[in-house]
Amino acid sequence: MTQAGHVPGAGSEAASASERARRDMLRDTRVTTRGGSRRRIGADALCEAILRQGSDTIWGYPGGVILPLYDVLADHPDLRHILVRHEQAAAHAADGYARASGKVGVCLGTSGPGATNLVTGIGTAMLDSVPLVAITGNVPNALIGKDAFQEIDRTGITLPMTKHNYLVRTADEIPYVVAEAFHLARSGRPGPVHVDITKDALMGETSAAHPSAAEIEAGLPGYRPKIDGHPRQIKLLAEAIAGAKRPVILAGHGVLIAGAERELLELARAAQIPITWTLLGIGVVDETDPLAYGYMGMHGWKHVNRAIQSADLLIGIGMRFDDRVTGNVRTYAPKAKIAHIDIDPAEIGKNVVADLPIVGDAKNVLDALLPLVTKVDPAARAEYFAELATWRAESEGSSWHGSGGFRDGVLSADFVVERIAAGSAFDANLTADVGQNQMWVARYGGFRRANSHLSSGGLGTMGFALPGAMGAAVAVPNKVSWAIAGDGGFQMTLQELATIVQERIPVKIALMDNKKLGMIRQWQEIVYAGNYHSEQLAGPDYLKLCDAYGLPSWRVSKPEEVDAAVAAALAADGPALIWFEIAERQNVYPMMPAGKGLSDLIDKWGDDGEDVTEGASGPRVDPTDPQSGGPK
Amino acid sequence: MTPTTTARSLPGSGDERRHLIVAIVNNKPGVLNRVASLMRARNFNIESLAVSVTERSDTSRMTLTIVGDEVHVEQAAKQLYKLIDVLKVQDVTDESIVEHEFALIKVRATKRSRPEIVSVAEMHRAKVVDLGDEAVIVEAVGEPAEIDALVELLREFGIKELVRTGSVVMSRGSGSIEEQVKR
Repeated sequence: MTQAGHVPGAGSEAASASERARRDMLRDTRVTTRGGSRRRIGADALCEAILRQGSDTIWGYPGGVILPLYDVLADHPDLRHILVRHEQAAAHAADGYARASGKVGVCLGTSGPGATNLVTGIGTAMLDSVPLVAITGNVPNALIGKDAFQEIDRTGITLPMTKHNYLVRTADEIPYVVAEAFHLARSGRPGPVHVDITKDALMGETSAAHPSAAEIEAGLPGYRPKIDGHPRQIKLLAEAIAGAKRPVILAGHGVLIAGAERELLELARAAQIPITWTLLGIGVVDETDPLAYGYMGMHGWKHVNRAIQSADLLIGIGMRFDDRVTGNVRTYAPKAKIAHIDIDPAEIGKNVVADLPIVGDAKNVLDALLPLVTKVDPAARAEYFAELATWRAESEGSSWHGSGGFRDGVLSADFVVERIAAGSAFDANLTADVGQNQMWVARYGGFRRANSHLSSGGLGTMGFALPGAMGAAVAVPNKVSWAIAGDGGFQMTLQELATIVQERIPVKIALMDNKKLGMIRQWQEIVYAGNYHSEQLAGPDYLKLCDAYGLPSWRVSKPEEVDAAVAAALAADGPALIWFEIAERQNVYPMMPAGKGLSDLIDKWGDDGEDVTEGASGPRVDPTDPQSGGPK
Repeated sequence: MTPTTTARSLPGSGDERRHLIVAIVNNKPGVLNRVASLMRARNFNIESLAVSVTERSDTSRMTLTIVGDEVHVEQAAKQLYKLIDVLKVQDVTDESIVEHEFALIKVRATKRSRPEIVSVAEMHRAKVVDLGDEAVIVEAVGEPAEIDALVELLREFGIKELVRTGSVVMSRGSGSIEEQVKR
């Protein structure tokens, strides 16, 4: 037997490199001498680069190949590392951090399962255009492609759900790649960027300098987001507004990302246009403003959908006319000319034909538009606004909440959401989960401030609320952070109770427990003719659960107990949970069955009995209809 | 109050035809994968794809043929543009262009049929690049339709193997897509 033993291709350069790498994987690779002078390694460059970008928190979970980073973290005390209990929560927390603060969120995982666990959170950020940098460790260069322990093709996995991704093989590349990753994540239409770094790159010594912002921009010839709208198109929009009798603004996430809330309101006031908003557009305007008309779409307010269906000019700003917004496109806003402002040219004409497309940043476009807008005297719109007010009164009055269902002693979800918002002086950040609870938060949260509503709109990720609210609480410590979750979503990521207790992150959790997968049950009732399956959801005794984690908790099952519990949770020092045992069979109404149009809303208030239907086509939907999508 | 409103039309005319898209991209590992993955994920079917390095070693040129209506293809081009490594995208279908494809065709041959194969090839400005006892290899360059015609004629002798590169295109005149790339 020779020295080469069983090494394939022994003697070649590649073979000895992978042999060295295998050996190094198992060896003590500690490089630090805490307090003393030491070499600067790739992991140091990574920490410096993150701090230089203005992010101060990493949500992460260690593992074998990422350990060189954990070896130096203590030497970068300005960078807070928060140890989560599952990488999916790290990505959601970084996402919540970014949504609430506008800063880039950073999450971290090791190779293999660390990276695959991040994927759901990365996809969530992708669909909602949230700036996120996800960092993963990779096996040493020489072991890539060898199916080494915890090796999987991470960049292959994240490629279709990131704005861009990188595989970093040397320490010298780290400062440049990380700076570029942050730039891509936050500029243009924001999104997640994944940086996968090999163990040798993290451990290699480097003196590479950090690039300037100008150098980064110059190095990206293929990336020039179009910020300013075309002047001719903007002029045409001003003319269209001047000619419109029933204009409606439909504002989305892009307005919040651009920070264009003031410009939006100026436009609405100047031309007397009611503002409606998408799920992610909640907070673009204070909901108590006279020009704020409401939330639209599949579970939007009936009066708001009615306004859109009767509009002669619909101005979509920073949104993408997704299927939950339009329903059946053929019957959508049938009388309206559609103006569509978005920073992403690929969104224009993708879902609806835009009569007046404008590619650009919402703020820049509105800034250019405002001087061209002809002022409209409110008196000239008196008839229009009077009609809108009538519709609004009808639709709000016919809601279960409006009709006072809670006064009969039933704990309805809408009532709970409203009391949470009011009890927090309409100034808290509310992070929703996915399902019925998400729609109740959207409809009844009474939002008054930008970026105070966090919700996984695009991907619809259950389990988002608790980790998302955790991120918001750390990013914006001076605002109360509520996680409002159903019992389904809460049970998906409740392991993070340990994180908020250990790190003393003061998340207030409102658990909306109907002992069901409520939206599934609602769809099975309405769309699948009452053929219920897998909608019953057992859960633990949540008071005991909170006890076990060391978290104060309250149980509420009557409307009159709500306010006191909310006050007690808010008064608690640190995290707390309220277990709301809500009505078990309350549906979210109105509801537009997928594939139907905004005028085909099913509308019924109550906890039992038959559905009352409105619109021509009735409530029963063919579940085999490919347009029907599925529950949100 | 409610005049008969016509249904809102969906994006796209539905008039499907073959489009030629040229993309100038960074010459880096993984870029082909990004393009292919994007097209798959967004439900665009690539009919043919030719890739090679350009006059500059740091960029590559891709020529894609996609079948779809104008909105479908425009959407593909816009999505391609969103890739950070894509520097320039152009739909050249309706421009004045030279479009050529390269093919190698291995045709079954006998002593008797060989001269006939050679003359068919010559008639189509194709070359015989390998002459064996039982097979010949014909090399053809030209517009895809010309190659289609040649292949059709050779089929009666029996085609053992056929490889085509997919179209590559270049605009006529002095214009250059590569020179339009902002650097």
